[in-house]
Amino acid sequence: MDMRPDPLVMMTTQAPTHATLSAPTKVAAKNVNVFYGAKQALTNVSVEIPEKSVTAFIGPSGCGKSTFLRCINRMNDTVDSCRVEGLIQIDGKDIYDPALDPVQLRARVGMVFQKPNPFPKSVYDNVAYGPRIHGLSRSKAELDQIVEQSLRKASLWEEVKDRLSDSGTGLSGGQQQRLCIARTIAINPEIILMDEPCSALDPIATARIEELMEELRKNFTMIIVTHSMQQAARVSQRTAFFHLGILVETGSTSDIFTNPVDKRTQDYITGRFG
Amino acid sequence: MTDITAGGVSAPLRRVEFDTPAAKARLRGRYRSEARFKSYGIIALCIAATFLIALLASIFSRGIPGFFQHYLVTEVLVDAAKIDPQGKGDAATLRAGDYTAVARAALAEAVPGVEGRQMKKELNSLLSSGAGDALREQVIANPSLVGQRIKVPLLLADEADLFLKDSGTKLLVLSETRGIATPSAKTGEITILVGANDFADDIAVVKAELKALAASIDETVALRKERGATPESLDSLVKEAVELRRRYDAAATSETLDSKTASRLVAINGGIVKIKEMSPTSVKGEVILPLKSTDDAAPGTWGIRVYETPESNRNLNDLGVTFLEELKAKGLVESQFNFAFFTRGDSREAELAGIQGALVGSILTLLVTIGLCLPIGVLAAIYLEEFAPKNWITELIEININNLAAVPSIVFGLLGLAVFLNFFGMPRSAPLVGGLVLALLVLPTIIIASRAALKSVPPSIREAALGVGASKQQAVFHHVLPLAMPGIMTGTIIGMAHALGETAPLLMIGMVAFIVDVPSTLSQSATVLPVQIFLWSDLPEPAFKMKTAAAIMVLLAVLFVMNGLAIWLRKKFERRW
Repeated sequence: MDMRPDPLVMMTTQAPTHATLSAPTKVAAKNVNVFYGAKQALTNVSVEIPEKSVTAFIGPSGCGKSTFLRCINRMNDTVDSCRVEGLIQIDGKDIYDPALDPVQLRARVGMVFQKPNPFPKSVYDNVAYGPRIHGLSRSKAELDQIVEQSLRKASLWEEVKDRLSDSGTGLSGGQQQRLCIARTIAINPEIILMDEPCSALDPIATARIEELMEELRKNFTMIIVTHSMQQAARVSQRTAFFHLGILVETGSTSDIFTNPVDKRTQDYITGRFG
Repeated sequence: MTDITAGGVSAPLRRVEFDTPAAKARLRGRYRSEARFKSYGIIALCIAATFLIALLASIFSRGIPGFFQHYLVTEVLVDAAKIDPQGKGDAATLRAGDYTAVARAALAEAVPGVEGRQMKKELNSLLSSGAGDALREQVIANPSLVGQRIKVPLLLADEADLFLKDSGTKLLVLSETRGIATPSAKTGEITILVGANDFADDIAVVKAELKALAASIDETVALRKERGATPESLDSLVKEAVELRRRYDAAATSETLDSKTASRLVAINGGIVKIKEMSPTSVKGEVILPLKSTDDAAPGTWGIRVYETPESNRNLNDLGVTFLEELKAKGLVESQFNFAFFTRGDSREAELAGIQGALVGSILTLLVTIGLCLPIGVLAAIYLEEFAPKNWITELIEININNLAAVPSIVFGLLGLAVFLNFFGMPRSAPLVGGLVLALLVLPTIIIASRAALKSVPPSIREAALGVGASKQQAVFHHVLPLAMPGIMTGTIIGMAHALGETAPLLMIGMVAFIVDVPSTLSQSATVLPVQIFLWSDLPEPAFKMKTAAAIMVLLAVLFVMNGLAIWLRKKFERRW
């Protein structure tokens, strides 16, 4: 086995090296294996994700891209049968180190989910919840400021400034998703994970979220999972293609879409399967 | 993956037909079966509604009279000699005063001329033994009433009340004109002479009654024989029938009236005479209400009254009926809403028995139950649903909780008896122990309801909270629990309603005692509503039947309020996500 190098491992480990990295690495994964009970969901995934850019995970359904995303903020810990092997580092520190508290990790690695899931509370309380539990404000005025800034950054302020006390669940789908983004950036995380953030939204709401991602990239490291290759092409700087639990190929988005190395990548982006 | 043609040679796929006769028949069949199913549902609903209406109608028709009580409303002289002979005027003296005597004096005033110990006793027995209680409270509150005449309602005894409520006997006034009647005296045993054979028809009616009575005894004897009774045990009945027949066959010269036939009385010269012996031309009888004179009574000025139910089949004897009719004729009897029913404890006298003791007992018991159940049940549900690892131990616990919910309630009563009373030595009959036992009973229900409520909170809410860096506990207590609260409250209130209606386990721990005092602490002896209903339903006095139905109505009202509260809470706090 050792004599014949595994082409996949070679490729995935080599992949980052032949792309020119403009920014330092924020998240690094080495030989990550994930199991749900006896079933292996991810095999030997190794990837490096640069700081302050958008990285898109693409691939057909069930390929493990969401599973990998949820490993980065240890959301998989909440699934009893889930087991993660290998090394995932943020800023060079192992996030599965027993000394590291997963709750604190999630404050540093925010997450936006597929279906907008605002708390059934007021718009204000939705955004203020994170800062409150982490003690990020010393006064009501400061908290007001955090809420306003977060809603502005999520380009939602103008729409909701007059109804901050209305229920967050009363907003439209696209507004709800931007509210969830505002809720995430209110605690100023280093990384924002987005799990198919636009799949439940109409094209106009999707366009607004995509604009927002472009804006947020300046301050946050962003990783998105998407089914839409057009979206990956539009918003991301780097793309990783997953297939059947393995990371097939990773590189700059333009390379992946114009000049894929692997045949499966080519088949997928040209719409031959998936 | 993409080879759809796999499976190659198969039967050609057919389209759904819609205009062939077979297709139409299938469609009609489908409509029919739908209509049939709907009609089954409607029939089932109708049957359930009929039962419910019958049940409620039965309870209400019996219970509503139970909320009313008849009073003798008359002027009462608050006699200082009976209440405060020394003129002290302090509360203790006023409390110890003989208000029963005051009430009796007022009654004697209302029905003047009643002579003799027996008669007076009968008259006084119309009043409840608690007739003076309301007066006592009034006088204590306002001592200046002593020596004055005031109009107060005096509570009537349960037999009198019952008689007035369902008219225990039909009163017939025979007013056909008879000849001149002459009473021999104004009081005591008297004879009334009439000219012609005025009473011949009445004697014939009495004889017919005797015959009917003999026939009904024969029927009873025949029935008992059929069921295998020995001839000796039927001897007395047979003899009675023979005696009745002998009286029926005897010549119509004279007839003695007894308590087996309808009572007959003569109303003459402003008085009332109960007939004891009757011949065609005269009657002998006892004066109940004295006559004004012994003058001849002209035809049409006197008459005969018949109390149709024989005296032996009534709770109120002829004297009582006569006095009551007299009071009613004077307009002194009034039916009033019985507020005392809600402010008194239990009593052996039906007219004095109230529901407050049981109501307070129920409230205290339920307070203990909810105080234990809600925190323990909800926290257990949260732990099992949100924190506990899913393994065989938690599964075993879950199965056992479900089993506990199905354990017969009397078993919890036995457990309470063995553990709380015998082992821990807690007080018997106390709401504390009742509450503990009911808590055991309701706990599984609350845990199951709470778990269902927690499970129905979408996982996206938990993820959202965890995603902004909330700990699991914060996610549960800040987000999941508030969302599950309406469901938990509904389950809890329904569990409490269940506990409120529970009788069997409380019998085991002695909450079935006769307790007059309204409890005020958790360790005092008490009883609860359903047990009170059980106790009253067991009593022989007919007046308690009404009290039982009235208590059931109170229990139902409390249950409706609790269930209404559950629905309201659910509607109010229901949130969409």
